[in-house]
Amino acid sequence: MAKADLIGGSLWDQYSSKVDERMTNPRYMGKITEEEAKAMGARLIVADHGAEVCGDAIRLYWAVDPDTDKILMARFKTFGCGTAIASSDVMAEMCTGRTVDDALKITNIDVEKALRDDENKVAIPPQKMHCSVMAYDVIKKATSIYKGVDMASLEEEDIVCECARVSLGTIKDIIRINDLKTVEEITHYTKAGAFCKSCIRPGGHEKRRYYLVDILKEVRQEIENEKVAKFLEQKDFSLMNIIQKHKAVERVLSEHVRPNLLKEGGNLEVLDMKENNGITQIYIHYLGACSICPSSKTGTLSYIEGFLKKELSEDIQIIII
Amino acid sequence: MFSILTNITPLEGNFILMERIYLDNNATTIVDPAVKSAMEPFFSQMYGNPNSLHDFGSEVHPYMQIALDRLYAGINAGNNDDMIFTSCATEGNNTVIKGVYYEIIRNSEKNEIITTQVEHPCVIHSCKFLEELGVKVSYLPVNSDGIIDKDILTEYIDPDKTALVSIMWANNETGLIFPIKELGTLCRENGILFHTDAAQAIGKIKVDVQDAPVDFLTFSAHKFHGPKGAGCLYIRNGVKIPPLLHGGEQMGGKRAGTVDTAGFIGMGLAMELAVENLDYEVTEVRRLRDKLEDAILSIKDTRVIGRREIRTPNTILTSIKGVEGEALIWDLNKNGVAASTGSACASESLEPNPTFVAMNIDDELAHTGIRLSLSRFTTEKEIDQAISVIRKSVERLRSISMSNI
Repeated sequence: MAKADLIGGSLWDQYSSKVDERMTNPRYMGKITEEEAKAMGARLIVADHGAEVCGDAIRLYWAVDPDTDKILMARFKTFGCGTAIASSDVMAEMCTGRTVDDALKITNIDVEKALRDDENKVAIPPQKMHCSVMAYDVIKKATSIYKGVDMASLEEEDIVCECARVSLGTIKDIIRINDLKTVEEITHYTKAGAFCKSCIRPGGHEKRRYYLVDILKEVRQEIENEKVAKFLEQKDFSLMNIIQKHKAVERVLSEHVRPNLLKEGGNLEVLDMKENNGITQIYIHYLGACSICPSSKTGTLSYIEGFLKKELSEDIQIIII
Repeated sequence: MFSILTNITPLEGNFILMERIYLDNNATTIVDPAVKSAMEPFFSQMYGNPNSLHDFGSEVHPYMQIALDRLYAGINAGNNDDMIFTSCATEGNNTVIKGVYYEIIRNSEKNEIITTQVEHPCVIHSCKFLEELGVKVSYLPVNSDGIIDKDILTEYIDPDKTALVSIMWANNETGLIFPIKELGTLCRENGILFHTDAAQAIGKIKVDVQDAPVDFLTFSAHKFHGPKGAGCLYIRNGVKIPPLLHGGEQMGGKRAGTVDTAGFIGMGLAMELAVENLDYEVTEVRRLRDKLEDAILSIKDTRVIGRREIRTPNTILTSIKGVEGEALIWDLNKNGVAASTGSACASESLEPNPTFVAMNIDDELAHTGIRLSLSRFTTEKEIDQAISVIRKSVERLRSISMSNI
């Protein structure tokens, strides 16, 4: 990345040509009047999201068929940058023809993906990601109006950043989906923490229930735990790497072998493990009573080796140092 | 004056001949063709290292001397003062701030630097760096005019504690001019070193270091039709700071590194031309700027930040309700007009513009700001064309926006 970062590039260069095209000629820009909706036999929904003070605001118009819940027509108006205009346009297009429940499934990631020229190349620079999140949130708002329910009931969760109205769920999802590692990245993607900054960490402008630093820490921990769990899931000893094998051996030793040795005042430690022609050689060193016990090189040894063979694999050999 | 730049630009798959209009002269300027010609011989003819003891080196000296004379004359520096070649104002500003730290703050009871909330990032970030080293830095807020006045500075300075005051001569975003003579005098009276970043002042307003008591002054050549990569650090006679770049004995040991002779010579001529054209700047450039500004203000729900009388004659920072800054820059760019944004959104970070925050400009306007900056190469025809493009873009973007206009 270093070489690619040095010149810094134009913001425009980081946009896909689809963003450019939608910005220049938005197809779904405009509004739907009561009369137009009535003529279609549809119910008009007008939803606002964001605010000009935050730099982004969108109004979404839906003409919804009340019998089928199908969105017959969608239009938008937006105060925002090129990304906001382009993602609003794609979002309105994606809503059209779907039922309200289906439309609710559209995420900002879907919107962003629809704007890509190349499926492997992100359509917008990271600091503009929040503009696509806005297009996603307004669908929730429109749905809540249509269904006559509270927007919060659709989110079923709490708002972390009031300025940018970003929910706990959105933040957690965004961290997971994009594998975010810093609070700055969360701000880039969601705009949470970009304004009054109260929600970044305690001690800000106002006291908050959730803070981005804590959420990030928690989700990162979850991700790491999942990685470890996935790692330990590997059941087949012969397919494990040496570290996994070591962990498995230690687990068997701790659960089955060490308690018995400890009863006699002894113990052992694993000093090394080597792979030798398909045999896993485990180098152990006796401690305490075991180190002077005459049977440690005969009976105890075959007991330990037998246990590891039974629990893990026949291809295990113990070598005493 | 220079002819209009024309360029073949691929647009929407078709080749359209588009006249590009450059209204971002606070970012950088076109190199004056006369400056370019003056630099030409020092690339492949007189390319010697001026420190060499042969003719290749020494033949460059008279030209460097002329450049130096022009630079000294340009800001009315005395012969006992230093005007040190740097790569840019950023380098000069780093040299001053870090130099004061090494020379004074580390060796005395003075442990404070005073600057403003609206300085260029090279000053702000250098100060932040020193804060990490334990220096106390105060970032002064601007007044309702958007500038620092003597009253604000008086409140903050402490002759026993303040090592340096660093305040820009003119602001890059707003073009607002700071009362450097008054501020410098106040510092002088209190025995405090005073630095001014004059990057946005040279060539736009009169800069005279005999008139305004400054100890350090910095600028970049590319802001006044000189080349990029050339700048200057003025140090008043008797003021001592260590170099930022250590090495050879160039610039009297005060800035090591082989001097970019072409850049230095080009900067000298650019300075002379900037001073010669100052009258043109405050009359004709101002007239065109005012024409553009009036046209923008004639559009409903627009405003311009800062009073005209206290702004550099080339700058407009305008806010257009209902039109997001970056979207407007995009649209203008598509139509051949280069401007820059004052909005939070278009910069690499989402941080609100510090100038806007300091000026208490409300957030809504902070997202609608764009900056237009002219130069002596800007023509009336370009301004007329820009006015027409801006009107159309504002109309289009307002039709997308839901603001009730």
